[in-house]
Amino acid sequence: MCLGLPGQIIAIQDKQSLLGKVSFSGISREIDLSCVATENLDDLIGKWVLVHVGFAMSVIDEDEAKATLEALEGLAEAQEEFAAIKESAGE
Amino acid sequence: MRYMDEFRDPTIAKALLKQIASLCEEIGKTRDEPIYIMEICGGHTHSIFRFGLDKLVPKNLEFIHGPGCPVCVLPMSRVDDCVEIAENENVIFTTFGDAMRVPGTKKSLLQAKAEGCDIRIVYSPLDALKIARENPDKNVVFFGLGFETTMPATALTIIRAKNENIANFSMFCNHVLVPPPLRALLMDEKMRLDGFVGPGHVSMIIGKKPYQFIADEFHKPVVIAGFEPLDLLSSVVMVLQQIIDGRHEIENQYGRVVPEDGNKAALDAINRVYEPRPRFDWRGLGEIEYSGVKIRDEFVEFDAEVKFKVGYGAGKGAGREPDDLLCGEVIKGLLKPVHCPKFGIECKPETPLGALMVSSEGACAAYYQYGGRREHEVA
Repeated sequence: MCLGLPGQIIAIQDKQSLLGKVSFSGISREIDLSCVATENLDDLIGKWVLVHVGFAMSVIDEDEAKATLEALEGLAEAQEEFAAIKESAGE
Repeated sequence: MRYMDEFRDPTIAKALLKQIASLCEEIGKTRDEPIYIMEICGGHTHSIFRFGLDKLVPKNLEFIHGPGCPVCVLPMSRVDDCVEIAENENVIFTTFGDAMRVPGTKKSLLQAKAEGCDIRIVYSPLDALKIARENPDKNVVFFGLGFETTMPATALTIIRAKNENIANFSMFCNHVLVPPPLRALLMDEKMRLDGFVGPGHVSMIIGKKPYQFIADEFHKPVVIAGFEPLDLLSSVVMVLQQIIDGRHEIENQYGRVVPEDGNKAALDAINRVYEPRPRFDWRGLGEIEYSGVKIRDEFVEFDAEVKFKVGYGAGKGAGREPDDLLCGEVIKGLLKPVHCPKFGIECKPETPLGALMVSSEGACAAYYQYGGRREHEVA
């Protein structure tokens, strides 16, 4: 729950509600973009973000995202968080 | 150096450890007692054990594990309140998975679920709101838990619920703030602390300013650290350097993610939905003034504490913790997990007596998982 996971914004789903689709190592789910929203939401497509419990909290660069993903590997809590995303995406 | 090859860049790790060794030696020339550095965040505690950092630094540097795991500081009485809400007819109780096994005085949420309560694990509060939309005839309650990292998420979910007028959704708010317990610990005469490694992701939301009192009033250095072990080592170097220079500043090692002023949209959402509670109970630390938040009156229809009349909503204050557990001493860093008589015997991850053994970010679970340490340390 405390861990932010890096994901890549692949689509804007609902501009008015500031919802987008973020891919986490191939699994994608709906994410709230309110805290990283820019004037033109489409500018966010392709960007990497740190996501906390379904909300993007910070735009990060690709190197940072990769380094974080590497650091998270093998960490039980991160695996649980990825599993929770996977399960929720399947609903 | 058996952990070294696990670092992303072992060469940098070695160089940082060498620097730490020489800084500790320098400080050791003028004092006999160890240098005590508190890592505030449970994620950092976990990294320290996973990479064996506590064994790779000189003996005169000790890590004190801070209260930075929201599951671990949750009082048993709040778990009891969750169970009480979940036991209501017509309630779907939703929670992050982390909270399922935390013991209450009578039972955990996992036990309540086994007894027939409708308790569901969700990844995000947005998923709880979705369950509320899909089940208009049920009362859907979300267990709002966490420090400033999860607060924007729950605040924005409540704003969504209000905008969409989803009246069957509410939240049991147990959010707590990072800075107030640090003040409480610094004011505790038993605590001996020389500096702090600050939490990265919390600081991404709140920025640097909320820690300023640690430098101004208590003259201790704080370095906000990134998540990677190398970040942690770099931050320890920065804390030690401040100690040598006689400086006490709030420095940001994690500037690539943590903006100086935090995230404005997130802070605006937090301030719109929540207000400070005059006091909130922390497991092991007792009640701390203005250390938690409650839902503002504007959103009171989404406050499960009011809706179900539990906890502070029922006028109940802090519950009593069992007398024979030493979790509080461990949270304060005054007792190492291995020195607790119940550690690894009665209290294990599969049968936790205290929350520090439940969460993987809890000091006890980390000791246990990466341990085999008990014999070693006691001997």
